[in-house]
Amino acid sequence: MIEVDARGLSCPEPMLMATDAVRSSNGEEVRVLVSSATARDNVRNVARKAKREAVVEELGADFAITIK
Amino acid sequence: MDLFTQKKGLALVGLIVGVGLAILAFLGNPSNMALCAACFIRDMAGSLKLHTAAPVQYFRPEIVGLVVGSFLIAVATREYRSTAGSSPMTRFVLGFIMMIGALVFLGCPLRMVIRMAAGDLNAWVGLVGFVLGVATGALFLKRGFSLGREYDTNKAAGAVLPLLLIVGLVISVATTVFVVSETGPGSKHAPWLAALVVALVVGALAQKARICFASGLRNAFLVRDFEMLLPIAGMFVVMVIYNLATGNFKLSFDGQPIAHSQHLWNILGLYAVGLGAVLAGGCPLRQMILAGQGSCDGAVTFLGMLVGAAFAHNFGLAGAAAAAATAETAAVAGGPAFAGQLVLVCGIVVLLVIGAANVRRQKAAASAPAAAKAPALDADEAAPAAN
Repeated sequence: MIEVDARGLSCPEPMLMATDAVRSSNGEEVRVLVSSATARDNVRNVARKAKREAVVEELGADFAITIK
Repeated sequence: MDLFTQKKGLALVGLIVGVGLAILAFLGNPSNMALCAACFIRDMAGSLKLHTAAPVQYFRPEIVGLVVGSFLIAVATREYRSTAGSSPMTRFVLGFIMMIGALVFLGCPLRMVIRMAAGDLNAWVGLVGFVLGVATGALFLKRGFSLGREYDTNKAAGAVLPLLLIVGLVISVATTVFVVSETGPGSKHAPWLAALVVALVVGALAQKARICFASGLRNAFLVRDFEMLLPIAGMFVVMVIYNLATGNFKLSFDGQPIAHSQHLWNILGLYAVGLGAVLAGGCPLRQMILAGQGSCDGAVTFLGMLVGAAFAHNFGLAGAAAAAATAETAAVAGGPAFAGQLVLVCGIVVLLVIGAANVRRQKAAASAPAAAKAPALDADEAAPAAN
């Protein structure tokens, strides 16, 4: 699994990091850590565009989005 | 809640915000200035005597409403999170330069759209600069630009700016301590309670729908995603209808209120705003919304804008509005004086230096596995701290 830590980063860095990771994943799972609802929604969008499934998990105040 | 991430929802939010803008315009805000982050922060700086330009002094309840509206909805929906530490002083400078650029053009990107919707062709010229600025910022992002991450901070810290603004509003309404312009834009305003209520709603909607005038264009450049342009399109449509209905629509360069036709400086002014906004992660309006939801970095950017506005008027950097000749006065071409032109160009150079200086090295060389490995290590190290 590819892990990306985008917590605390400004827009649109989490989205760009998730996009890069998904592009280079060759179908492997990508897990993106983010710390805001905005970044969570943006990363979910990345998955939707790549036609991949996204599962969101709350980790305290953070979120982990697993792109399958 | 999902409504705000769907296209229909985003367009609907734009229409509702547009109605809010029309109400503010109808209730007496200055011409083609129903709501403007830059002009209204500038007026606030004047009311606090940070500058003493007589026509632009008024403690705008709209600024309070935007920040507090975002604060309240963020608390209510558990999105409030007090954070700080992502290059705060760099953000102060970004806020300062964005304000100089906006005041040379005479408006933030929101007012640019409002002016465009009134037929002000100078604003359409300014749009060219804004698009170029956002595109330049997108290039830096592609190369790995980052101001670094923010961290959680003491919960109360993020509430300081909203609280300060509320205290300021109370002083403004209850006393005569703050200055109010007797003529000029600062003297024109909607009744304070109406202005506050509309801005609270707009602030809350902007927080939920992540409205940002830079991000729509930025995402279009970066990932061919046009969704964030929808709220802006909604506002534009409502304001065109409002302007047509009230006879305020006039397609021209000349005779536009609080505007000038110095094309180069309109372009360069909004170029600085577009570039600064992408580097700061949001336009002036978005910075206030971020500050409301607990970002101390957003609050520092706000302070940069407030101080920038004071400098703009204390040192004659802001653009002057064009004016036709009257019996007593000669015609004024408007635009920035030499000092404003010089500071703006220097400001753009500073933005480019900030952009180049904050490009992370590993990103440029990023092969996929290396990019994936490094953050995974960070995640393990940082995990205990996050709990």
